[in-house]
Amino acid sequence: MSDPVLIRLAVNGDTHTAAVPARKLLSDVLREDLGLTGTHVGCEHGVCGACTILLDGRPARSCLMFAVQAEGHQITTIESVAVNGSLSPLQQALHEQHGLQCGFCTPGIVMTFEAYLRENGSPTEAEVRDVLSGNLCRCTGYQNIVAAILSAAEAMRGDEP
Amino acid sequence: MKPAAFEYHRPESVDQVVALLAQFDGEAQIIAGGQSLTPMLSFRMSRPAHLIDVNALTSLDCIRVIDGVLEIGALTRHHRIATDPLVHAHCPLLAEAAGTIGHYAIRQRGTIGGSLAHADPSAQLPLITTLLNAEIVLAGRNGQRAVPARGFFLGSLDTAIEPGEIIVCVRIRIPAVDAGWSFELFSQRRGDFAIVAVAVLLLLGETGKVERLSIAIAGIGPTPLSMDNVSQASLGRMPDAAWQSELVTTLGDSLEPDDNPKFPALYRKDLARNLLTRALASALSRAERSRA
Repeated sequence: MSDPVLIRLAVNGDTHTAAVPARKLLSDVLREDLGLTGTHVGCEHGVCGACTILLDGRPARSCLMFAVQAEGHQITTIESVAVNGSLSPLQQALHEQHGLQCGFCTPGIVMTFEAYLRENGSPTEAEVRDVLSGNLCRCTGYQNIVAAILSAAEAMRGDEP
Repeated sequence: MKPAAFEYHRPESVDQVVALLAQFDGEAQIIAGGQSLTPMLSFRMSRPAHLIDVNALTSLDCIRVIDGVLEIGALTRHHRIATDPLVHAHCPLLAEAAGTIGHYAIRQRGTIGGSLAHADPSAQLPLITTLLNAEIVLAGRNGQRAVPARGFFLGSLDTAIEPGEIIVCVRIRIPAVDAGWSFELFSQRRGDFAIVAVAVLLLLGETGKVERLSIAIAGIGPTPLSMDNVSQASLGRMPDAAWQSELVTTLGDSLEPDDNPKFPALYRKDLARNLLTRALASALSRAERSRA
C-alpha cells in the first residue's frame, strides 16, 4: 500500500512527474520530490498556515492534502510570485514595512493574500486581520504584516488604469 | 507524524463511491475537503486501508432553490456557501455561520458534507442544520434516504450515516423572508471551534407578537441542541425586555453542560446566557427592521 504511485503535477505552469506514496502530503512532495522548498512546514496539521499554496488559484493548506489529490489541478507556490526577480506589490510591501523577520511564515501569508487581495482589493484592517488569523507568526506580532498588506492593496489599486 | 499507508481511490460518480464503500466495507474512509480528516490521518487517529477521494464529484458542488427549498450539494465549499447570492438572499443565517468556519484557507476546501459527516459538537453547520431541521440526504446501496438534522447527530463525531452511505446534499426549507435571525459564537481565538455558539430564527406576527421561535445551541453537549421544546412557551407574546430576560433565564436554567476541565460547565452555562441575550436582541432587531 506504500507502493509509489506515478503522478503528474502542474506546478507554477510546469508539469512534473513523480513517483510518490499515496499517503505523502502535498507539502512534502513539493519540498522533497520537486525541490520547491519555499513552501514551509510548521505544524503539519493545518493550524499554522505556513504551508499555504494556491490550488486552482484558491489558498489551500498543502499539509492537508495528499499529493495524489492534486493531479489535474493547478498548483501555485511562492516560487512563482516574484516575476523575473521582481517582487510582487505584496512582497515589496512586506519588505518595506519590515513585515518579516525569520521569514518562516511569510510564504504562507503571501500566498493567502495574493489570492485574497484579488478577491477583495479594498479590505478594511479588520478584514485583513480576520484573514490573517489563519497564519501564525512567532516573530513580528503581526503589526507590520497588516500594514504591509494594506499598503500593498493600496498600491495594487493605484496601478489599475 | 505522517499518515499510515492506504490505497487511494478517486471515483467520478456517487454510484462509484457507493460501490467502493461496499467493496471495502469498514475499511474505507471518504475524504472531501480533508480539513478535519487529514490531521486525524496524520496523527494516526484514523488508519483506513482505503481512502476514497470524492473531490471529482463536481456535480455535488452546487447551490439551487427549488420550490421553496434551498438545496446545497455535499461537496459545496464553506467559502461558496458564505458568499453565494442565493444563500444570502434565502438563508443569510447560513451564510453568516459558514463565514466563521476556521480560516479563509480552510473555507476554500472544507465542505458542508464533510462538516456534517464529521459532526464536531461545536461546529457551525451541524448547529445551523439542527436549528433549521434541514434534511440530510444520503445515498447508499438501497438508493437515497433523507434524515432530518435533529435525528442525524447522535453523539460527538457520531452520526446516523450507515456503513456504505455518503451524504449527497442538504435541503433547507427557506425561512420566511421577514424572519429575524442571528448567529453568535465565542471562542478564545478567531477561527477556533466555538466554546459555545447560538443560533436563533424568529418570526413576528402582524401585531408584533412572536409567532415562531427556533433556538439551537452548540458546545453544551456532544451534539448541537435544539431548544424549541423550551422556547415554545414564550410564543404569542410581545418580545419586550422582560420577555427576553425571562426567556434567557428559562433557557439558561435548562442547560446542563457536560463538564470539561478546560471550559467548566458553570462557565459555559454563563457564556450561553450571554450569547443567548445577544442573539435574541440581534434577531429581534432584524425582524423589526424587515417589518418596517
